[in-house]
Amino acid sequence: MSFDRGMTPKWRPGYRFQYEPAKKGHVLLYPEGMIKLNESAALIGGLIDGQRDVAAIIAELQQQFADVPELGEDIEQFMEVARAEHWIELA
Amino acid sequence: MQSTGSNWPDSNLPPKPEVGLPLWLLAELTYRCPLQCPYCSNPLDFAQQGQELSTEQWFKVLREAREMGAAQLGFSGGEPLVRQDLVELIAEARRLGFYTNLITSGIGLTEQKISDFKQAGLDHIQISFQASDEQVNNLLAGSKKAFAQKLEMARAVKAHGYPMVLNFVTHRHNIDRIDRIIELCLALEADFVELATCQFYGWAQLNRQGLLPTREQLQRAERITNEYRARLQAEGNPCKLIFVTPDYYEERPKACMNGWGSLFLTVTPDGTALPCHGARQLPVQFPNVRDHSLQHIWYDSFGFNRFRGYEWMPEP
Repeated sequence: MSFDRGMTPKWRPGYRFQYEPAKKGHVLLYPEGMIKLNESAALIGGLIDGQRDVAAIIAELQQQFADVPELGEDIEQFMEVARAEHWIELA
Repeated sequence: MQSTGSNWPDSNLPPKPEVGLPLWLLAELTYRCPLQCPYCSNPLDFAQQGQELSTEQWFKVLREAREMGAAQLGFSGGEPLVRQDLVELIAEARRLGFYTNLITSGIGLTEQKISDFKQAGLDHIQISFQASDEQVNNLLAGSKKAFAQKLEMARAVKAHGYPMVLNFVTHRHNIDRIDRIIELCLALEADFVELATCQFYGWAQLNRQGLLPTREQLQRAERITNEYRARLQAEGNPCKLIFVTPDYYEERPKACMNGWGSLFLTVTPDGTALPCHGARQLPVQFPNVRDHSLQHIWYDSFGFNRFRGYEWMPEP
């Protein structure tokens, strides 16, 4: 099943993406819990705002990382994991 | 007692692990509460406790904790809703960048407060339930109207767009109805369901003969929980069921709270800082936030260092 890049991701209610100075990285905070995001997840997470669709996120990151051909697929994969874990809603 | 397998002489103890960050701060604002649950973790002598910390004193605790890297903050008690300054505390915590959790019985909650807290920046509300049916719930909570009130508030919490954790303390008298408990939580659209066998501190310790489930009850309850998990996964339902077994049935001791003074810091209503609830019952001195900074308490105090590292362990 091919991924629809026209979908717009947004964080699930109660899930907050923020930078944590003490952890020197971005985290996802949710009821009583915290997930530390690696660098690429943090870059993607920073662009999730309920407005940009997946295609827009890919386009923006492609500008920064022009020499990464699988970028689009990596981002799709992140979205699928994030949706399966119920961190984001994709509509 | 089984040996843990250490054959090292004293001088060859593994290096002391670095002290972690107190990522989780639990602010027990008060011991006061309108209910009388038999498994309450309030200390037995809670009526004798000293004065509660003031708003300003709590502001200082929050600031110091945040500076040390605390990210999750729980407002708890007793019943935190009893505090008149709760909106201010929530607002300050949010301003500092904490993810804020209100851990409440729901008694004393109103739609107005739910709305006020949201405006102040509260991230999540957790409501506790004593049972899935009215009679048992009210019997356990010691209040005639508790169940109806909790139900109404759980609906209101979701209606205001909060994520919601429903916490069911399980024990001998409700664990066999775990299917009904889970169904209720799903009907209320809980995001997380904590099915936690009560921890045997405080009043629960006193009452544990009447509370501890049998091994068979627990195994059955866990099986049913797993069946629901599989079903929810298949349906794509985001609700997550968390099942916590009582320590009495485990085979080995666990690194409780991820280890002594490792991740979790609680400040009690009178300002005593503890690495966990159970610590209060130990013959160990713990510092008070009125006298010391949280930095000193976490890194330097005797109480918090008491069981860190390996040196305190006797030879096997």
